[in-house]
Amino acid sequence: MMSLQKGNITMMKTPVIEFKNVSFSFDSFNVLEDVNLTIEERDFLSIVGPNGGGKTTLLKLMLGLLKPAKGTVRVFGQHPVKARSRIGYMPQYSSLDPLFPVTVSDVVLMGRLGNGKLLGAYRGADKKAASKALSELEMSEMRNRPFSALSGGQRQRVLIARALVSDPELLLLDEPTSNVDAVIENELFELLHKLNKRITIALVTHDLGFVSSYVKRVACVSRRIVVHPTSEITGEMISEIYGCDVRMIRHDATAHEGDTDV
Amino acid sequence: MSEFFAEFTQQTFLQYAVLTGILVSIACGVIGSYVVTRRITYIAGAIAHSVLAGMGAARYFQTVYHWEWLHPLYGALVAALISAIIIGLVSLGAKQREDTVIGAVWAIGMAIGILFIFKTPGYNEDLMSYLFGNILMVSSDELWLIAGLDAVVVVIGLLFYKQFLAVCFDEEFARLRGISVEFYYLLLLCLTAITVVLLVTVVGIVMVIALITLPAAVAGMFSKRLWQMMVLSTLFTILFTTGGLALSYGPNLPAGATTIVLAGAVYLAVAIGSRIFRTRHP
Repeated sequence: MMSLQKGNITMMKTPVIEFKNVSFSFDSFNVLEDVNLTIEERDFLSIVGPNGGGKTTLLKLMLGLLKPAKGTVRVFGQHPVKARSRIGYMPQYSSLDPLFPVTVSDVVLMGRLGNGKLLGAYRGADKKAASKALSELEMSEMRNRPFSALSGGQRQRVLIARALVSDPELLLLDEPTSNVDAVIENELFELLHKLNKRITIALVTHDLGFVSSYVKRVACVSRRIVVHPTSEITGEMISEIYGCDVRMIRHDATAHEGDTDV
Repeated sequence: MSEFFAEFTQQTFLQYAVLTGILVSIACGVIGSYVVTRRITYIAGAIAHSVLAGMGAARYFQTVYHWEWLHPLYGALVAALISAIIIGLVSLGAKQREDTVIGAVWAIGMAIGILFIFKTPGYNEDLMSYLFGNILMVSSDELWLIAGLDAVVVVIGLLFYKQFLAVCFDEEFARLRGISVEFYYLLLLCLTAITVVLLVTVVGIVMVIALITLPAAVAGMFSKRLWQMMVLSTLFTILFTTGGLALSYGPNLPAGATTIVLAGAVYLAVAIGSRIFRTRHP
């Protein structure tokens, strides 16, 4: 009982992700400026914004693939590189070689790398975890299919299974709705909603239709960041945020205080 | 062909040649599959050509300074590993264009080799056998060296199969799973370098790039998993090296070139065949 309470207290204190005054620039171009962002446990955050606005940079900072020029990024209170084993990551499938000779289960097993022994094949425990992840995504029957023979939606499910196979506490998804139709998108959302009961989710999308009712908060990124609870968002507002940098920044000033107590 | 089979049982050099072909095919099948799927064929090509620097230098020191122990294969190995590490470090970290560096290593390696060979006294027929291979000249000492290197490449290549697979398929994800992507990339390039040296004995510097890619490419059309590609690719390489030897022996053709033409013909036939098959059975 004691330990349980203690656990709860630390959970309250340590957010899943915390950005403090983070800036990042490529050469001399500022991609992100003075970003503050806190993601608590079991949040479902959708990161939207124009191309080149810094969405992917934000995701890569969370994963420790990029280092901030200023400020600090903490994931589970740790340096992002140290927290990687607790993060599940789904990249865009279009970044993968479509001719690569791998089957669905080969791909999912990659999520178990770093868990088992260094040399030789995956162990029984890895295979069990992989088939569990595949059945959760209703892809068990496809396990021996070549990855290249799958449709876009199926590939995304496989990549989500790969992200889930190591039991992450945080799931990060890069453009999960690109190149899939509305039906698949809906299915994907039902799935994420189910996962959100146990996992904190943040995803990046340039597609504003993706602000589904299951998303709890939306972060609008365009060099700076503004976070809204989904309930406050209207279509009109999104279109305003999207095209126009000036409004974005004005927005930022008001939403900043809002963000700190979310 | 019939002459080849008739003499095979009597001539040791033919048996050595066939054995060399078979041994080298295993390393070629395993590493070639990684090279093709990771799309680093041109790095393998650059390493192959830079090998001439090592072979030329070794031959020069052997002849001029009587360093008898310095077999050209050792020189080849050193040159190949140095080139692999240079290209690897540049493509990982430096802000140079990778293809520029590949081209530079390719040509500078050859130039150094030619300078050494030019200054080596005596009539030099070595150059031709380095460039185009001479599998019929493999001695028993060389065969042992080839077997040893082959074992190193195949054992390391298979022990780290799951890491190499992940790094070749999705480097970023592998990094996030705590894999040292830089280490495995450099290791893969070093294994590629050793494989290239092994293949130089069979088909020579100029044609290595074909033997490392064509069998793997043919195998890739029939494989849905990487290890299947490795097995099939090994079998195809054995077919090409042995077939090339058998076809070239009677009419006294160069074995290396015959091997490559055979590999190329099979690759084209399979590529065209699978295309026709796919349009008829969509």
